[in-house]
Amino acid sequence: MKPNTSQPLVMQAKGIVKRYGQVTALDGTDFELRAGEILAVIGDNGAGKSSLIKALSGATVPDEGELLLDGKPVHFKSPIDARKAGIETVYQDLAVAPAMSIAENLFLGRELLKPGLMGQWLKLLDKKEMLKQAISRMNDLKVGIRSMTQAVETLSGGQRQCVAVARAAAFAQHVVIMDEPTAALGVKEGNMVLELIRRVRDKGLPVILISHNMPHVFEVADRIHIQRLGRRAAVVNPKTISMSDTVAVMTGAKTVDELPLEALA
Amino acid sequence: MSTSNKRPIPWGALGPWIALAVTCLFFTVQTERFLSGTNLSLVLQQVMVVGVLAIGQSLIILTAGIDLSCGMVMALSGVVMTKFAIDFGMNPYLATACGLGVAVGFGLLNGLLVTRMKLPPFIVTLGTLNIAFAVTQIYSESQTITDLPEAMTTLGNTFNIGSTEVSLGTVTMLLLYLLAWFVLRETSPGRHLYAVGNNPEAARLTGISVDRVLITVYAMAGLFYGIAAMLSVARTGVGDPNAGQTENLDAITAVVLGGTSLFGGRGLILGSLVGAVIVGVFRNGLTLMGVASVYQTLITGILVILAVAADQMSRKGAR
Repeated sequence: MKPNTSQPLVMQAKGIVKRYGQVTALDGTDFELRAGEILAVIGDNGAGKSSLIKALSGATVPDEGELLLDGKPVHFKSPIDARKAGIETVYQDLAVAPAMSIAENLFLGRELLKPGLMGQWLKLLDKKEMLKQAISRMNDLKVGIRSMTQAVETLSGGQRQCVAVARAAAFAQHVVIMDEPTAALGVKEGNMVLELIRRVRDKGLPVILISHNMPHVFEVADRIHIQRLGRRAAVVNPKTISMSDTVAVMTGAKTVDELPLEALA
Repeated sequence: MSTSNKRPIPWGALGPWIALAVTCLFFTVQTERFLSGTNLSLVLQQVMVVGVLAIGQSLIILTAGIDLSCGMVMALSGVVMTKFAIDFGMNPYLATACGLGVAVGFGLLNGLLVTRMKLPPFIVTLGTLNIAFAVTQIYSESQTITDLPEAMTTLGNTFNIGSTEVSLGTVTMLLLYLLAWFVLRETSPGRHLYAVGNNPEAARLTGISVDRVLITVYAMAGLFYGIAAMLSVARTGVGDPNAGQTENLDAITAVVLGGTSLFGGRGLILGSLVGAVIVGVFRNGLTLMGVASVYQTLITGILVILAVAADQMSRKGAR
């Protein structure tokens, strides 16, 4: 019943500590992401969920502990470092430029330049190639948006988030981190994004999904990392644990020892 | 998950042309002298200074900033280049380069204050507006600099296309617009500028150095104000410490009339050219109608508010 625990570890954190003044946000937390899975990270407010994600995505530098990517230690000083290592992050507040086209947004900050001196010296954009790749990447992920040249602001919230997810999936070499990707969306739009997250995993990219939305977590996650009081309280299998038990662990009403063994992952 | 392919009518791109057509029509009906080759070439000559200022202003407004200091930086730059040439007997090209350097320096100062000190562009440039104005008056002792070497007025020379006089300065302005249009549209720095104006946070998260883009934009804008100073000096044949006082607001008006949003990230540089021509046509047409210049200023003030209101309303409509 245990899901893919035999898969190799893609990302691993050991004993991460992060303090903000008097507050200890992360108190020696561990973290494991395996190849080909969607790992949901849940936790009550103040459990250290967002601090953990910030440490993984390079947004903060942990005070102690070790971060491993494909078994090799890494030290991220900024999100750019994490991105260079192949970790892309999708933020909940739709980090897109609304007046720019879908193709432009997909390649924002990583524009393809014309080959040769024209690109190198004059920084001339290769618009044709970007459009071609934008179309093929969106088709790969079955994002049914017809025109890549339309402005992102003409899209619905869900479609915009799909653009952000597609951008991350297109450039991530190792891991895609999604921070509350469905929080701002309605039911139908949320499902659209969940569907897309599954496709990203099926293409072979492991996904870390941070979400408050339990039904969403249970719908797509392969394993659930429960964060509590700055530590990892448990990693559970959504197929064998009930939603109420999960919430119980999250809030401290139950401890790991009280869970049936098959609920763990 | 399909999207309607209906795109909103691009009023942002069409609006300025419609406004220009209506303005021209109005003055053609009002005064017979308006629609003549000589008058229209005069308009283009009058437009060149505001037009070049408006390029720099556009770059800044596209990043959701504003530069109130543009006309005063131009005046200082013009005074520096002419005074260096006359007082020190400096080579006119070197003197011009010094003037350009001062303008770029002011742009850089604006950019550094906006990015490093995180001050709002409105306040920063309101400050540098006054600093540049005061330095200009102190340095020139409020005296006009005359007897310029010929090299400094070359850009004011004209040649004929048919019976229409075209000045080298106008050609320079048009070339600068083409260059700015090309860079904004076809290069990655151009797209980064739009991205920073659109959503600085998104730009930062994709790895664009927002501060570097902004500093570059303010410095480049300074360079354009310096070039505007060259044109102003060439056209008037003097270094005028009181230059740039009407051009300051006119340049902002031109950009806004040209459809560039004050909220940043939206707008076309060629719209600013159309906007500059609209401002020029207004001033020219009103002069032909015998309207005193103070009323022209009144009308420009009303124009800029109308244009900003139109921008604001179209924004609401788009949401």
